[in-house]
Amino acid sequence: MATQHSRAAARLMISPAVLLLLGWMLIPLCMTLYFSFLRYNLLMPGMEEFAGWTNYRFFLTDPAFMDALVNTLLLVGGVLVITTVGGTLLALLLDQPFWGQGIVRILVIAPFFVMPTVSALVWKNMFMNPVNGLFGHLFHWLGLQPYDFLSQAPLMSIIGIVSWQWLPFATLILLTAFQSLDQEQLEAAEMDGAPALSRFWYIMLPHLARAITVVILIQTIFLLSIFAEILVTTNGGPGTASTNLTYLIYMQSLLQFDVGGGSAGGVIAIILANIVAIFLMRMIGKNLDA
Amino acid sequence: MGRITLEKVTKSFGEVNVIPPLDLEIDDGEFVVFVGPSGCGKSTLLRLIAGLEDVTSGDIAIDGTNATELAPAQRGLAMVFQSYALYPHMSVRKNIAFPMKMAKLPEDEQKRRIDAAAKALNLTDYLDRRPGQLSGGQRQRVAIGRAIVREPQAFLFDEPLSNLDAALRVGMRLEIMELHKRLTTTMIYVTHDQVEAMTMADKIVVLRAGHIEQVGSPLDLYHAPRNEFVAGFIGSPKMNLIKGEVARSHGAATIGVRPEHIGVSTTEGPWQGVVGVAEHLGSDTFIHVHQHGMGDEPLTVRVDGEFTVKHGDRIFLTPDETKMHRFDTNGLRA
Repeated sequence: MATQHSRAAARLMISPAVLLLLGWMLIPLCMTLYFSFLRYNLLMPGMEEFAGWTNYRFFLTDPAFMDALVNTLLLVGGVLVITTVGGTLLALLLDQPFWGQGIVRILVIAPFFVMPTVSALVWKNMFMNPVNGLFGHLFHWLGLQPYDFLSQAPLMSIIGIVSWQWLPFATLILLTAFQSLDQEQLEAAEMDGAPALSRFWYIMLPHLARAITVVILIQTIFLLSIFAEILVTTNGGPGTASTNLTYLIYMQSLLQFDVGGGSAGGVIAIILANIVAIFLMRMIGKNLDA
Repeated sequence: MGRITLEKVTKSFGEVNVIPPLDLEIDDGEFVVFVGPSGCGKSTLLRLIAGLEDVTSGDIAIDGTNATELAPAQRGLAMVFQSYALYPHMSVRKNIAFPMKMAKLPEDEQKRRIDAAAKALNLTDYLDRRPGQLSGGQRQRVAIGRAIVREPQAFLFDEPLSNLDAALRVGMRLEIMELHKRLTTTMIYVTHDQVEAMTMADKIVVLRAGHIEQVGSPLDLYHAPRNEFVAGFIGSPKMNLIKGEVARSHGAATIGVRPEHIGVSTTEGPWQGVVGVAEHLGSDTFIHVHQHGMGDEPLTVRVDGEFTVKHGDRIFLTPDETKMHRFDTNGLRA
């Protein structure tokens, strides 16, 4: 099979795909790097000039930058905690035999299929709106002052919305992990005198370790770039209370027309994402080894 | 102490009745083997005793106290599973320590028992490995070690050797028997392999469709099978069961003759037939003999390994009258 000839043919045949992927990745990256060193404002087209590190200095010293950084980490961390803990418990529940299991499982997965903009708008207008929202009505019914979630606790509200979207994903992955657990191991633990809680802690959780790692890594990738939910609910406000890095870059480049500053922010975001990735792999990467 | 008594125990899964009312007495220190074809309910019976399944009705008593409603861990029984059911993320040491950790035994006592078990089972060098790094036989020993350290009233084995290759199976069989002689703890062992049952058991329980067909020592079952099923199941190769005219001439509806109880001659004998397949084992040869007027099934006959016959040869057979088993029309021993 693997003769010299067939290997050469294989290389030739995968080269278009490799070139396409490389181009897709490298060209935007290089352009972003290039723009980040230019004074490039859309209001003054054709006046681009080399600006050195100015864009970076401005972006890093912007008081909104630190807020956005903290918000990004809080958003990612908060959603990860809620979805992994909630997903584990939900998966444990769904793994039990009960009547109507099939329907319930489909219902639980459903939020994952709702588009981020749509779900954020539904949450904003139908649940969290202090006048018309369900929560507002609930507060009224209890005789309490309605709580304006999106202006009084904007970041927490967005964490809630995003968690609602990602909980099904975590549940689904963890449910399949639960289903692959050898029942004889649980029975052996039962014979060994382990009560239900110990069985969960010593047998089920270690078995789930790899699945939880996968959930955390995949979700982190997507959560670092949350954008639509912020755009349609709070617009990053009040002030910078719910601005994350993605949203800050959007404001810089498209609301202030400063492509150079936005590109510098983008490069910084890439570096930060890599730092997060290195930390994550250090902490939980060993779970992926067989 | 490990005296286990089952009284009118039944088990149904929904409409399906797996175990009809069943009584069984297992004495302290006995090595009891449940044997039967697959699907006969032997594993279910073991799981009922272990407490992993609830009985539908009836009582299970361990050492005179009613254990029917007790949780598995409180019955003082240890089980070795077919898949070993080791905890893959724990080292061998932690696997063995797990039941003691759950029982909150003091650390030094745990260590003492782990060392003793590891020494007895040749696991001392492997204590810090994970189950995934061990061979099948070693995993089996870890599973046994995990059972031993609990110092249970009785051990339950659920087809523990069926995942091992043939050579290892014989070795582990001896090790388990050795263990039983040393610990003198009650052991209940489930298998579908009648050779395992014959070699290991003090008492064999032959099951078919949840019914106990016969209980007795291996030699009792070999010499005096209570019915045709037991006669056909115990012994290797199978007993020859012959119906029809020949059986009637011996005063029974069915007669059973074991392959080792038939004499072979090339010159004379009451039965004659044509040699079919011959299986040479070296010491013995099993010849399948096709004969006329005694049913379609060929008779299996054991001869000395030196005895040579060719396919198609005509030979004469002489059954040993004194070792012939006679069964009536209901299949029961006459």
